[in-house]
Amino acid sequence: MKTQKFSRLSLADKALLITGYILLGSFVVAIIIPIIYIIIASFMDPITLQNSGISFDLEKWTVTAYERVLSNSQIWIGFKNAIIYSVVFTFVSVAVTLFAAYPMSRVDFKGRGFFNTIFMITMFFGGGLIPTYLLISNLGLLNSMWAIILPGAFSVWNMIIARTYYQGIPAELREAADVDGANELTYYFLILLPVCTPVITVLALWQFVGMWNSYFDAMIYLNDSAKQPLQLVLRSILIQNQPESGMISDMQSTAARAQLAELLKYATIIISSLPLLIMYPFFQKYFDSGIMVGSVKG
Amino acid sequence: MRKTLLYVKQHWQLYLLFLMPALLLTIIFRYIPMGGILIAFQDYNPIRGILGSRWVGFKYFHRFLSSPDFLTYLANTLKLSIFGLLWGFPVPILLALLLNRIQRASIKQKIQTVLYLPNFISVIVLCGLVRILLSVTGPLNQLMGTQINFMTMPGAFRTIYIISGIWQGAGWGSIMYTAALSGASQELREAAIVDGANIFQQIQVVEWPAIKDMVVIQFILQAGNIMSIGFEKAYALQTDLNLATSEIIATYVYKKGLLDGDYAFSTAVGLFNTVINVILLILVNKIVEKMNDGKGL
Repeated sequence: MKTQKFSRLSLADKALLITGYILLGSFVVAIIIPIIYIIIASFMDPITLQNSGISFDLEKWTVTAYERVLSNSQIWIGFKNAIIYSVVFTFVSVAVTLFAAYPMSRVDFKGRGFFNTIFMITMFFGGGLIPTYLLISNLGLLNSMWAIILPGAFSVWNMIIARTYYQGIPAELREAADVDGANELTYYFLILLPVCTPVITVLALWQFVGMWNSYFDAMIYLNDSAKQPLQLVLRSILIQNQPESGMISDMQSTAARAQLAELLKYATIIISSLPLLIMYPFFQKYFDSGIMVGSVKG
Repeated sequence: MRKTLLYVKQHWQLYLLFLMPALLLTIIFRYIPMGGILIAFQDYNPIRGILGSRWVGFKYFHRFLSSPDFLTYLANTLKLSIFGLLWGFPVPILLALLLNRIQRASIKQKIQTVLYLPNFISVIVLCGLVRILLSVTGPLNQLMGTQINFMTMPGAFRTIYIISGIWQGAGWGSIMYTAALSGASQELREAAIVDGANIFQQIQVVEWPAIKDMVVIQFILQAGNIMSIGFEKAYALQTDLNLATSEIIATYVYKKGLLDGDYAFSTAVGLFNTVINVILLILVNKIVEKMNDGKGL
């Protein structure tokens, strides 16, 4: 938006604006500093790091931490599982949500109010942790990837967003399809969905990132270490201070092991966050437009 | 009735192909667990099941409400989310207003990219990062020349939780306000400038009307959810020594139910939490309706 030239503002306004920009600048710096710190620290040798913090003396830099983390199989198992779970979850979830949003978007759909109530209630009220856990357990889904995929696959919130998007599609498209004698499925898959790519992309990205970054469901439903997604592997390294045994066991003293364990955390953070952080700027415009899509409903 | 049947028959695909998957998932994974709430009123025995277990009425609710921990956990939950809301809510609005003042689109976009970045870091990595930065030998202590163990201080938990939450979420939270601001009227701005309005006055007549609805909606949503504050982050920032402030109802339900196997008690506590949350949501919506000329959610 166009505003006045800075030079034409009153003194009080100039002061206000400068204060504001300093705040904004500090916030940006506060975001960047910890990230840069972790990146640099991940290349330090553990003893220097603990005694005197990070240094820019390149002779003290090492890639030991990365070698150790990357040569550990549990990290790779975590990555593999996280990719599988996130991809399957995204696919199932987006499909179910987009399908359900279609009848719910149609004014002539009989039972719309009834189904809407059924869906809306679940946004405010639920059985809670234990009843859900017992259900999953009774269904025999413990230790199965479906335990973390199916319960959250249908999102009422995302359905509302998709529904709002469908309703914004010009009615002429539908009329043209009717004239051509297209049936429901032809219209939906060949005409409606292709013009909905923005909302589909956004929902897919949301679901993917959400699944990739979560750990609670995996923690309670998946006990087998071969099935653990990345976040659970990270949890044992970063939160529980229990690096995978092969990573530090060759160190002789307890102190050396503790120092190395600390250093491994830095490298682990970088390695695990890199994929999303690198991908994110490429998808940024979709996320931005997604908020627009979502905010329409009000 | 016949018309309805005819409609369903003609449009069976809408029901069977489009709606059915979502409906089934909702019934199985949302409504069946609601039936499971009954175990809160039983001495639940997994082998006998809900039908065979003995009914005990409100025994577990009494046990929870009369235990000395109850007030602590309730207060911890409320303080964490209310303080989080009060500190965290204005920041995205402020960021959006400041971003809106930046004329050069390229600079604005670069700043936005940085602001949104932390949103893509997972809870575990965020909490790992916090633990590293605040550890006894970590950079903050090195900087201050101290050896304070922040993670074991009950007094520091809420501050850590809230600041790291703003660090991660405020930029992302500003997107919707930025989007709403793009609808602000340029003519109003020019008129305000001609009238000699200062920045505060401009915000009142130009920016505020554009974001007001969004602010109200966001406030209702967040205030209505103060009891359902997330498990994941609180649990990942918990240590044995900061439990005095970090044990919230969600983490307590998890520990009691899944770690101790006290199913009935844990379900009762969870139900208590859900019911309070629903009541709060209705209350907040009513209050906002009053303040906002009858418009709520």
